[in-house]
Amino acid sequence: MATMTMIEAIRDALDLALTEDPRVTLFGEDVGYFGGVFRCTAGLQQKHGVARCFDTPISELGIVGAAIGMAAFGRRPVVEIQFADYMYPAYDQIVSEAARMRYRTAGEFTCPLVVRMPTGGGIFGGQTHSQSPEALFTHVTGLKTVVPSTPYDAKGLLLAAIDDPDPVIFLEPKRLYNGPFDGHHDRPVTPWRGHPLAEVPEGRYHLPLGQAAIRRAGTQLTVLAYGTMVHVALAAVAEAGIDAEVIDLRTLLPLDLETITTSVRRTGRCVIVHEATLTSGFGAELAAQVQAECFWHLEAPVERVAGWDTPYPHTAEWDYFPGPARVAAACRRVMEA
Amino acid sequence: MDPAAPPLRLTFGAPHARPGTAPDFSDFPVPEAGAMRRPPVDTPAEEMRDLAFGMIRILDDAGAARGPWAEALALDDAAQLEGLRHMLTLRAYDARMLLAQRQQKTSFYMQHLGEEAISCAFQRALRPGDMNFPTYRQAGLLIASGYPIGTMMCQVYGNDGDPGRGRQLPVLYSSKAHGFFSISGNLGTQYIQAVGWAMGSALSGAEAIAAAWIGDGSTAESDFHAALVFASSYRVPVILNIVNNQWAISTYQEVARGSVGTFAARGHGFGIPALRVDGNDYLAVVAAARWAAERARRNLGPTLIEHVTYRAAGHSTSDDPSAYRPSDEGASWPLGDPVARLRDHLIARGVWSAERHAQAEAEILAGVIEAQKQAEAIGTLHQGRRPSPAEMFDDVYAEMPPHLRRQRQQAGF
Repeated sequence: MATMTMIEAIRDALDLALTEDPRVTLFGEDVGYFGGVFRCTAGLQQKHGVARCFDTPISELGIVGAAIGMAAFGRRPVVEIQFADYMYPAYDQIVSEAARMRYRTAGEFTCPLVVRMPTGGGIFGGQTHSQSPEALFTHVTGLKTVVPSTPYDAKGLLLAAIDDPDPVIFLEPKRLYNGPFDGHHDRPVTPWRGHPLAEVPEGRYHLPLGQAAIRRAGTQLTVLAYGTMVHVALAAVAEAGIDAEVIDLRTLLPLDLETITTSVRRTGRCVIVHEATLTSGFGAELAAQVQAECFWHLEAPVERVAGWDTPYPHTAEWDYFPGPARVAAACRRVMEA
Repeated sequence: MDPAAPPLRLTFGAPHARPGTAPDFSDFPVPEAGAMRRPPVDTPAEEMRDLAFGMIRILDDAGAARGPWAEALALDDAAQLEGLRHMLTLRAYDARMLLAQRQQKTSFYMQHLGEEAISCAFQRALRPGDMNFPTYRQAGLLIASGYPIGTMMCQVYGNDGDPGRGRQLPVLYSSKAHGFFSISGNLGTQYIQAVGWAMGSALSGAEAIAAAWIGDGSTAESDFHAALVFASSYRVPVILNIVNNQWAISTYQEVARGSVGTFAARGHGFGIPALRVDGNDYLAVVAAARWAAERARRNLGPTLIEHVTYRAAGHSTSDDPSAYRPSDEGASWPLGDPVARLRDHLIARGVWSAERHAQAEAEILAGVIEAQKQAEAIGTLHQGRRPSPAEMFDDVYAEMPPHLRRQRQQAGF
């Protein structure tokens, strides 16, 4: 065991993958010599050589398009989009090509590809360094979408994603790179050191895609969250004094519906939390699934706490970000309903 | 107001002729066959700019093979006759599938009329293991690599013989074993994928090269630019083909190209050597493709090839070209017909005759009709055996996730 930040855990996973599988190839903007703007690939080119970890031109469609061809050849590309906000030029390649390759060829050509992208806000990133575009991926059939919330998960899920035969969108909440964040921006930043889920095993381990984790067992209410909002939700229910069950979805698609419905049928109440904008966000899918599967067990309407339906603002960051106060208020409303 | 400065205005490219006017290719220069030099394959891009603006042509009007590209090619009689057979097969196949679409045996078809030389000839430069990333108008690559024409028909019909299980539109074939990457409806996407595939080959220490394909219209897509950047940055063993058939549905190529320069010339902005080839000259296409393939295999980097041709048929079975161009424009195309030109060359050399050609045409058509009967015995779009609708849920992922299992059950399977 070693204590790692999420950055270190991701780097460790990539290092292991490069070491153990000669097909694995890393590339993206600034990921090579410099080691990535977030240090997630630091030292990997020096250790594994430029042919395994290299810099690319600034072309997101080029990065993903080349990776699709490379995957079709039989390699295992793990590419990086510097910010999820900049994935849009690659969207055609992701949706029309990567996601459909296996289907349209009845398995003759496949696309074992991982696209890593830092996601989420809470860092004064403004409009183009804060977005959470996961719903644009979960709506795409053929993709898997993963969002880790701890160093332990980040490593195990990333190794599983790299070994997965299907294209995986791996969204890394950059607000969690250096430490957990519960939304209390006015308090000192906490590092990962000392957090139990920053204890990361050395060597290879897999966390299966499609399995949620119960972060806090509870009886009164089920809170569904992922990424940074897992930590916000934990703080919110503690502050509200509600015995809530907090579920970290970890993989959005395929979704671990069983863990969700088992919990909601027991608690009878559900709050869904995400940073992404509300309308047609992934929370809408979750709410629909919960009401369809748990209708007769629900004691209150399902609530969603999300980013407002606006572009991500700069100076109004903490009025936008769904912090613990907003989440706690929603939990109380659901308890009183 | 400055009287010397006219008001700002835009230029809107337009073809030289529209329906009701006479075809006009008067400003299309046709360089002399055999006149273009053949530089060594390791020539730097900046020392061969003339090849991006001229045109490699081997067959002259009398059917003779001329010049240094012909000498270096030295394609034997058997190979040339086989090439003729491939083109005739593609043409007969097109004719039958066009008819089948009109008979409502399939929903859609796209012909290659006038462009047969390009894909049939290019395939000769490739080896087993190399990979084409074709568009929807390079079926000659499949025919020249020995792919069964009956299986192509099954794809067009979406019947139970379709390896793609009826999931894609007609003509979007795929065959890994024949070096033919899955065709996508999204234009341009495969161009950068070809570059990535070739990067994968090089990174894996393999010897395979890739060939990318795009039409004149789709060069305007961002993927075209990305492919050239990546191919140039990493000196990728890839051949970047542009098929300039003058038309993107109803849009004349000048709208994508601009009024000056050539598509081939775009390679030079990226330091990529470029060839401009008479796309209706079977021998010239083979010669250019071999030159580019040798460059790629010797780690000398990518080559751009513009194949100049003319889309003699409608864009697709959903298109009526007489709505936007003179209906007899194809007959005036200065580079002629690729089948006739190779035929005349072989006749001029005494290894072929008009009688044998007519006989070969009849034989090939009979073979295509026989394959069609067998394909239709399996099924057509609305009749016979087609893949089970239950298969609709397969291959979305390697393993079917729970939500798709539920939906398959809901669908009744």
